[in-house]
Amino acid sequence: MDATEIGLWGVPLAILGGAIRVSTPFIFVSLGEAITERSGRINLGLEGTLVFGAMTAYAVAVMTNSPWLGLLAAAFAGLCFGLFHGWICKFPKVNDIAIGIALMLFGSGLAFFFGKPFIKPKAPNLPAIPFGGWSDIPQVQAALDVNVLFLIGAVLSVILWWAFRNTRAGLIVRVVGDSSDAARAMGLNPDTVRLLATGVGGALAGIGGAYLSLYYPGSWTERISSGQGLMAVALVIFARWNPLGCLAAALLFGGAGALGPALQSVGVTQGYYLFYAAPYILTLIIMIATSSPTRTLAGAPGELSITK
Amino acid sequence: MSVGKAVGVETIGMTMRFGGFTALDGVSVKVSAGSFHALLGENGAGKSTLVKCMMGFYHPTSGDMLVDGREVKIDNPRDASALGLGMVYQHFTLVPSLTGAENLVISREKVPGIIDWRKERGDLAVFMERMPFKLPLDVKVAELAAGEKQKLEIIKQLYLGRSFLVLDEPTSVLTPGEAQEVLGLVRDMTKAGDLTVLMISHKFHEVTAFADDVSVLRKGKLTGTGRVADLNHKAMAAMMIGDQPIAALDSRAAPRPDAEIVLKVKSLKAPDRTGLKSIRIEDLGVRSGEIVGIAGISGNGQKEFLEVLAGQRPRDAGEVLVRGTAYAATRAEARALNVRLIPEEPLKNACAPKMTVAENISFRTFDMDGNGRPVSWISTSAIRAFSARLVEQFKVKTASLSSPIASLSGGNVQRAVLARELTGEVDLLIVSNPCFGLDFSAVAEIRARIMKARNAGAAVLLMSEDLDELLELSDRIFVMSDGALVYETPIAQASVQTIGEHMAGHH
Repeated sequence: MDATEIGLWGVPLAILGGAIRVSTPFIFVSLGEAITERSGRINLGLEGTLVFGAMTAYAVAVMTNSPWLGLLAAAFAGLCFGLFHGWICKFPKVNDIAIGIALMLFGSGLAFFFGKPFIKPKAPNLPAIPFGGWSDIPQVQAALDVNVLFLIGAVLSVILWWAFRNTRAGLIVRVVGDSSDAARAMGLNPDTVRLLATGVGGALAGIGGAYLSLYYPGSWTERISSGQGLMAVALVIFARWNPLGCLAAALLFGGAGALGPALQSVGVTQGYYLFYAAPYILTLIIMIATSSPTRTLAGAPGELSITK
Repeated sequence: MSVGKAVGVETIGMTMRFGGFTALDGVSVKVSAGSFHALLGENGAGKSTLVKCMMGFYHPTSGDMLVDGREVKIDNPRDASALGLGMVYQHFTLVPSLTGAENLVISREKVPGIIDWRKERGDLAVFMERMPFKLPLDVKVAELAAGEKQKLEIIKQLYLGRSFLVLDEPTSVLTPGEAQEVLGLVRDMTKAGDLTVLMISHKFHEVTAFADDVSVLRKGKLTGTGRVADLNHKAMAAMMIGDQPIAALDSRAAPRPDAEIVLKVKSLKAPDRTGLKSIRIEDLGVRSGEIVGIAGISGNGQKEFLEVLAGQRPRDAGEVLVRGTAYAATRAEARALNVRLIPEEPLKNACAPKMTVAENISFRTFDMDGNGRPVSWISTSAIRAFSARLVEQFKVKTASLSSPIASLSGGNVQRAVLARELTGEVDLLIVSNPCFGLDFSAVAEIRARIMKARNAGAAVLLMSEDLDELLELSDRIFVMSDGALVYETPIAQASVQTIGEHMAGHH
């Protein structure tokens, strides 16, 4: 790709394009985690779910030649992982964080085991919509080639934001996440609600994984996620458990992730590796800036084991 | 959703056994329709067990329930609510991060999948017009004052169509003014025949002022029942505690106005737990041989103030001086200046729950020899001997010195902490809610110990949410509201009315 034609304008353009491209898995994983955490549980296993979802989607897409079936299979696999986490955590004295870490390793390991034969074959990709058709500049076209999953994710975050206030299911999830006692007094079973919330969260993470292997980067490798599932968990805290915040934070992280490649493409040859670390540095800075030894996080669900 | 007609409820021979332990022994209580009935008893007397059996949380071993004279079977809380029976818990069951309106709507039996807020708000406005309480329903419950939460709890029960309410110590978190208001309004509703109320309480003055009838439980048995009008406090107390001995308070040694100021706090500023507000103590002095009480509704900064004094919370500005020396609550300073601390919830804040009674009692002294010099090898036999002496002296009931302290009852944990903190020389004693949740005899004993320490010359700073306790013990009372000391009165001129108004922040 020749970026010199539009000079330094390529950088913000590439960041915009990158934000849209890179943010999609973050959006799905963080929305899934937001639902789970709003119900009072933390599922750190979403990293494993993401990787396993990526492998499942790729494998099914290769075998059936349909990316959509791959996507469905990934969501289903994610659902199973989520339900498994939710089911284990209902037992007394089980720590959701420890189970999450175990499932993270389990999911990745299982994906590597089943995924070996699928490293070579080529799977069909998920379709993208070319919003940049009006422009002749290839960089603009590339940046505005938007995948349908990004659009679905954006719409989903608005729907979730609305649903947390305006639907019975949304209110029930918030009640359970904020006070198990109140939930029990209302005749709700917190374990069931959390089981379902973790299941849905897992399914969304699986979809995020499908995007990784079926669109961007668009192939199945063992290093496909590089910790995105874990960062999405941090992102939920940064977003204060608000789905719209998750969307914004995912875009911000996506943009930061695109900084390194963008600088490289305009010919910055020194130190661009440092910019590859931008999302991780951003995570650290945000976590430090928003934490405090003397106060609790505003908006945190009351039943969450890390904020209790 | 409408206010129903009051129903009468009666229990006949209610018995509840947990294994070999009889929590409730053949209790028959009759609460007639439209009456305000008080249920008195100490902790562990079986009050909660009785109402939990009535509400379907427990299945009684034997016994029957009558609602409006008809025998009913209540297997779970849903059955109870279908009959119009509801309960307001001592600890709030509202969801803090939801608004009042959201809390009310979601607690309903049938909630539509998608909530039409315009219609719900309209319905709520109509419903609230018929309610005696006025409340903002659009703010998060977490932002409501305790009194408002309590009102919302009651409104929630009425919104759900309950016409028999159990109130579990409804005023324990309210100011005297709020308590008067809430109970007065509930009383009016029972008089109008809209509601029957069974109130669990241990405050005699509330029972006398608001209840029609009273039933008293002790050790799972009904020890008395009758019209409130026919009983005085003494008769009720006798039914409640039986003939166990109660420690008498030392008579108060005359305070010396020229006594040395032991604790001095100047322009103290510290963040509160939300980090959004701060507490400010402009000037506070506590003299040797006096008890200075700090009153206030919980959540007004007392906890944070205590944490600063205990060294658990950093301060932004200001000075804490003990005997004129800057005090930062290090172990060395506390030892040199003889500062002792009895925080609230002692098991959580003053003990290592899984360590033994002996170890917990010797926390202050385990690393010193008899002459106060640090030792390099800790002698378990010295720890045991020291603890054995204190356990004896402070009458701590424990199976053995090597039982974990968490296995002791609340009163005995507090006795163990008192033993540790009041042994040796005490110049400054900082106490917070020392009697919360303890039974009659433990309360009397602990108050007597604090008074004894005062008479022996200790400066005592006592923070308490129990105004009666402050009035009984203090020489001076401050009121803490919204993070600051807003009012001071010597005990001779203290009036519950004025203190209550300052607690509520009406000045």
